Amino acid sequence: MASSSKRDDLSGVTIYEALKERGFSRRDFLSFCTLITATLALPSTFVSKVAEALERRKKPVLVWLEFQDCAGNTEALLRASKPTVGEIVLDILSVEYHETIMAAAGHQAEKSLMDVVKNQKGRYIAVVEGSVPMGDGGVYCCVGGRAAKETVKEVCGNAMATLAVGTCAAYGGLPAASPNPTGAVGVTQAVPGVPVVNLPGCPVNVENITATVVHFLTFGSLPPLDSRGRPLFAYGKRIHDNCERRAHFDAGQFVRQWGDEGHRKGWCLYEMGCKGPETFKNCPTVKYNEGTSWPVQAGHGCIGCAEPAFWDRMAPFYRRLPQPPGFGVESTADKVGAGLAAVTGAALVAHGIGRILSGGKKKEEERR
Amino acid sequence: MSKERIRVYAWEFPIRLTHWINVLCILALSVTGFYIGNPFMHAVSSKQYIMGWMRFIHFVSAYTFMLSMVVRIYWAFVGNRYASWRVWFPFTSRRFRDLMDAVKFYLFISKKPPYAVGHTALAGFTYLLVFGVFIFMIVSGFALYSLNRDGALWTLLGGWLTGVMHLQTIRLFHHLGMYLILAFTIIHVYIGWYLDLKERNGLMGSIFSGYKFVTGKEWE
Ligand code: HEM
Ligand code: SF4
Repeated sequence: MASSSKRDDLSGVTIYEALKERGFSRRDFLSFCTLITATLALPSTFVSKVAEALERRKKPVLVWLEFQDCAGNTEALLRASKPTVGEIVLDILSVEYHETIMAAAGHQAEKSLMDVVKNQKGRYIAVVEGSVPMGDGGVYCCVGGRAAKETVKEVCGNAMATLAVGTCAAYGGLPAASPNPTGAVGVTQAVPGVPVVNLPGCPVNVENITATVVHFLTFGSLPPLDSRGRPLFAYGKRIHDNCERRAHFDAGQFVRQWGDEGHRKGWCLYEMGCKGPETFKNCPTVKYNEGTSWPVQAGHGCIGCAEPAFWDRMAPFYRRLPQPPGFGVESTADKVGAGLAAVTGAALVAHGIGRILSGGKKKEEERR
Repeated sequence: MSKERIRVYAWEFPIRLTHWINVLCILALSVTGFYIGNPFMHAVSSKQYIMGWMRFIHFVSAYTFMLSMVVRIYWAFVGNRYASWRVWFPFTSRRFRDLMDAVKFYLFISKKPPYAVGHTALAGFTYLLVFGVFIFMIVSGFALYSLNRDGALWTLLGGWLTGVMHLQTIRLFHHLGMYLILAFTIIHVYIGWYLDLKERNGLMGSIFSGYKFVTGKEWE
C-alpha cells in the first residue's frame, strides 16, 4: 500500500482515535470490524487487517450531495439505534458538507463545498443521493442557484470516487419513472467516465456504504464491481437465493392471500408478487436497522427496489409478472395465453366447418 | 387413390429422434413451467419438495431440449434434402409461389391441397418461426437460469440477454412463449391429421417410420 501514505493526512485524527474519543471501547471497535468484514464477504482472517487499517488511516473527507430525492438515504444513515453503525460511519468519515445535517447554511455552506473541491481535489469522497434532472437545462433541481447537473459534474469530477447511494442516484429511481418529466438520470449517466460505485436500494443499506468505504481504506481500492457498477460483495447474490423463506419455496408452500394461514406461518411470498427472484442485494443477510429485519422477514414481498427501472418494470408489485401492454389493465399473462389458445381452437373448428360447408368429400374425389 | 404409390424415405433417423425428444421435452417443460408460473399444487408439509422437483425436471428437460435442437440444426446442414435448412426459407420464387398456394388452400380460396414429399413451403416457413421461438425459449430460459449460476457457459447460453432486456420482460416473454408453442402444437397436430386424412399419404405415420407415400406424378 505504497500509495496510501499520501492519503493518510486528509484530516487530523485516525478513525480509531475518533471512535475512542466518542467513548467506544476496543471491544466495540473490534466487533464493528468483524461486522464490516462479514458484510464485505471476506473471511474472518481479514478482521485484523481491517482493524489495522482503521487504526492507521486518517478520516477521509466526504461531501454528501442531495438532489431529486426523499432524503430516505439520509434517514437510513441517521436513524440507526445504539451503538450504531450509522454513528460510526459519521465518526470514521469527516463529513464536510451534508445539507440535512450540517450546521452551516446559505453561502457559507456552499463555500465549504467549494473549498473541499478546491483544496482536496482528487482526495475526497463524494456521496450523491437523488437523481440528476437533465431536462430543460437542469432547471428542475437547483441548489444555491446552481443546477444539480453542474454541481455533480464539478464535485464528482474532482472526487477520488463517488458513491451513488440509493436507486435514484444510481439509476434515476422514482423521478426517472415513466414519463420522467424532468429527464432524471443517475450519476453515471449525468457524469460519464468518473469512478462511481452504485449502491442502489430504497433506501441504501448503511452497512454497504460503510463497507465500501472501509474496503477503500483497507485495500486502497474500490471493491470489485459488476457490469452495473455495483459492488459484488453486496449485489453479487440474488435475494431469492439467500432468503429465509426459500425452503418454503422449494417445498411448494406459498402465501396466497394476506393474512392467510401460510402468511401467518411465514411461507414464501412468491405468489404475492415477491421480486426476490429478480433482485440482487444482500438484504437477507445484512438486513436493515442494525440487522433487525428486512421486508420479506416482515411479511411483505420484495419489490425489487435495488434494480434499474424498478418502479416501471417491477410493477405491479403484488403480481409476479408485468402486464403485457395493450390487453387492458386487468389482463394477466395467463389470460392472454388462454385467449391465444382459445383463438387457435376456434380457428381450427372454423376451418373444419368450412371444410364441410365447402363441399367436403365429393369435390375432393372429383379432383383426384 | 388408384394411382400407384411409391414409398419414399423422407425423415431420417435423427429427424425422427429429435422430433420425439422435442415432444417429450416440450411436454415436460410446459407442465413444469406452468407450475413454476402458477404453483397450482401446495405442499402440506415443508418436507415436501414440489417446486424443487418441478424446477429440477424443468432444467433437465431444458438441457435435453437444447441439445436436441443442436442436433436438429446440425442435421439441417448434413441431412437429406427434406431436412435441409433450405426448406425453411421461402425466398426462391418457386417456394414463395408454393407458400401462397398453401395459404390460399387453408383459407378455402383454392381447393388444391399443398403437397411436397418433405415440408410444404408454408410448413417450412412455419418451422423457421417455430424454431425461432424455441431458440428464444432456450436463450431466455438460460438467462433466468444464469441468475444463480455464475459461469461462462450460462452467460453464453443466455446470461447475455439480461444485459439487453429487463429481467421481468424476459420472464414475461418466457412465460408467453409457452402459449405460442401450445398454439403451434394444436395447429401442427390438426394439420398433420387433416392432410393425412385427405391425402392418405402416411403423413402421420411418417414421423414414426420415416416413410411417406407419393404418387408417381408427385415424385419428381
Ligand atoms: C419449450 C420450452 C419451454 C417452456 C414451454 C418453458 C416454460 C416456462 C414457464 C411457463 C416458466 C414460468 C415463467 C414465470 O411465470 O415466471 C418457466 C420458467 C423458467 N424456465 Fe422455462 N420453459 C421452456 C424452456 C426452458 C429452457 C430451455 C430453459 C433453460 C434453462 C428454461 C429455464 C427456465 C427457468 C430458469 C425458469 C425460472 C425458474 C425459477 O424462477 O425458478 N426454460 N419456463
Ligand atoms: S419470499 Fe421471495 S425471495 Fe423469499 S423465497 Fe419466496 S420468492 Fe424467493
